[in-house]
Amino acid sequence: MEKSNKNSRRKFLDKGLKIGLATAIGGIGLSKLTSKLNAKTNSNSIDTMELMTTDGKLIQVDSSEVMEVEHNKEHDKKYNVREGMPNKKFVMVVDLAKCTNKLKCQESCNKNHYITGDNAWLKVYNMQESEKEAPYWMPTLCQHCDKPACVTVCPVDATFKRKDGLVLIDSERCIGCRFCMAACPYSVRVFNWSEPAQGEMSEITMHTDMAEHTPSPEYAGMPSIKGTVDKCDFCPHQIHKNELPHCVSACPNDVFSFGDMYEDAVTNGSGQTVVLSKLLEERAGYKLLESLGTEPSVFYLPPVDRLDDFEEGLGNYNEFQSVKKPE
Amino acid sequence: MNIHKKIISDLAPKKFGGLDTIWTGFLIVVIIVGIIAYIDQLIKGQEVTNMRDYALWGIYISNFVFFVATSFVGTVTVAILRLTNNSWRTPLVRIAEIISVAAIVMAGITIMIDMARPDRLLNLFLHARLQSPITWDVVIIPTYIVISLLLLYFPLLPDFAILKKYFKSKNPRHSRWYGRLSLNWTGSKVQKALQEKSIRIIAIMIIPIGLLLQTIDAWLFSTTYRIGWDSTNFAPYFISGALVAGIGALVAVIYVVRRYKKLENYITDFHFDKLGKLLVLACLIYLYFNINEYVIPLFTSKKGELIHLETLFTGSYAPLFWSVTIIGLIVPIIILLFKKGRKPLPMFYVGLIVVIGSWWKRFVIVTPTLLHPFLPIQGVPESWHHYFPSLHEWLITIATLAMALLIITVLVRYLPVIPIQRTIDELDLINDKDKNTEP
Repeated sequence: MEKSNKNSRRKFLDKGLKIGLATAIGGIGLSKLTSKLNAKTNSNSIDTMELMTTDGKLIQVDSSEVMEVEHNKEHDKKYNVREGMPNKKFVMVVDLAKCTNKLKCQESCNKNHYITGDNAWLKVYNMQESEKEAPYWMPTLCQHCDKPACVTVCPVDATFKRKDGLVLIDSERCIGCRFCMAACPYSVRVFNWSEPAQGEMSEITMHTDMAEHTPSPEYAGMPSIKGTVDKCDFCPHQIHKNELPHCVSACPNDVFSFGDMYEDAVTNGSGQTVVLSKLLEERAGYKLLESLGTEPSVFYLPPVDRLDDFEEGLGNYNEFQSVKKPE
Repeated sequence: MNIHKKIISDLAPKKFGGLDTIWTGFLIVVIIVGIIAYIDQLIKGQEVTNMRDYALWGIYISNFVFFVATSFVGTVTVAILRLTNNSWRTPLVRIAEIISVAAIVMAGITIMIDMARPDRLLNLFLHARLQSPITWDVVIIPTYIVISLLLLYFPLLPDFAILKKYFKSKNPRHSRWYGRLSLNWTGSKVQKALQEKSIRIIAIMIIPIGLLLQTIDAWLFSTTYRIGWDSTNFAPYFISGALVAGIGALVAVIYVVRRYKKLENYITDFHFDKLGKLLVLACLIYLYFNINEYVIPLFTSKKGELIHLETLFTGSYAPLFWSVTIIGLIVPIIILLFKKGRKPLPMFYVGLIVVIGSWWKRFVIVTPTLLHPFLPIQGVPESWHHYFPSLHEWLITIATLAMALLIITVLVRYLPVIPIQRTIDELDLINDKDKNTEP
């Protein structure tokens, strides 16, 4: 009894397998056939087209295969704010040889981000490592590290790292523990200790802008919220408009260049675009506090062959000057 | 059996006297003032503190670290002394557990005071990220609160049953409450076995959790790049510091409780002597880790490290640093090494000094580091280069300390501060032994 039972089970399995295999093969064959049939109906035209590939080669393509794509401008903006713009990796280069502490970058940043606290997001440091070393002016902003210490320690994912390189803050979620500020070795994070006074400052500008603007991590300072952290956002709102970040375009000396690492190109305030890798190689680019392993997205070019003497900048230098307050 | 009655009437909670009422009233006033200051902080924002973008953490955080450290006393006395069979702990454990509960509850509250958006507290659960040391704290602090409460509660069960009987005619209302809390304790064999097993499990559990609590507290700092915090020595440094703070607090509280509850027959010079030895051991271990933390970096003297150490040794924080090190650590060691130093009264002063030293020690750990970032402090008002707490911060912080003292006061008022049942059992055991050896 047991034996026959086993046998019948084996038979059943055997049959089942065979039938299954047959249907699978048949299915594949059928689909191949239909695809061939479809192709035949399409390849009636004999027209070909000449096209150029991105690396400059001419190729011939059947014109029936070419479809016109309507360029959708909205397409670029349709991505997850927390994931970032697809296929981009934003970088900045700061040329220390050109900085003469004109502070136009800071002014523009303050104005456009409605910064009214005492601590600006973009600072120009008066740097001198030691007595015998040359002093220089060093603009710093958020370094948008690839291994951001601030993001690691945030308990609620309020500050986050995107695929396009940006480190942003969701100030609707921030709990105000300030751990990210303690973690950041570049001291670029600023806290809203009280209700930010930006409302009165720019009531008109804010309101007109706000009509088409909902608060987003992509536009820091719009608005700043009491008890949360703020910092440089690399201006994704400018990138959307196909414009450079405020500091880049405001600098009269072209200290800043901004661009996409995948394109290997950066553009300065005057609109000159250069190859990033070449620039970094020729000018010996480096990153701030590289030994910490934070892997910043901001490169610095050492202050050699300076545009102007360091002393030129001292005219503008104050131990402390408060951000321009609303009238 | 008369002796049992005497023990019970000695150890049963007593009504507040005049002084106790004044003390409690004083604490309540201090707490109310603190609450008003906190409400003001909620309305105006953290602007009312003297914290700013560089000194971004202040005494709220150092006070939090102090509370966490003090709460370690429960782990030490109950668990470690229990596991090492140090029977002299009996009259001390209850008070240690009470301090532990008060401190850890206040630690949880203090950390929320530092949060600028307490209205978004739920985000810590809704959007929790495991990689953040704050999330570890969110897990470990409630765990420690629960375990500390259980460790306080389980050994109380037989005492509650005794008190229920004791207060039956004297105060029926209290008697009913003690009865409810005793969970129908009859002292049967099954109950005793169950209770003993539960206590054993918790006493063992509290060791890794207590150690983890201190460790996570240290990791809050050592997971950053900051010079002075970025140290692999930090976790054991904090654990040994917690030993000192906890035992110091225990000594001070025990002295006061013994004096006002007239427990000189139960907590004797012998106990203070033992506690003194434990405290000096803790201080020596802490001194060892202090040397690791502050002396060894001098040898490589990396630039940032040197600036940091110079501010502590000779700079603006030198008076505070040397006070907490010499008065708060070295002087207690010297006093406690002598037998006379381990008498109750000198011990009380040593305990007090150690606790105050421990509090300021945390200030020295938190603040100076923040004022030495990697890039120089520039472009901010002069006042941002320094930090000293504002009036709001002091009022709120003092209120949290008062709240901890109030919790201790209330628990000491309503709970038998010395385990009654265990004292009776131990006495019986001794008497039995005497009887057996007499003939």
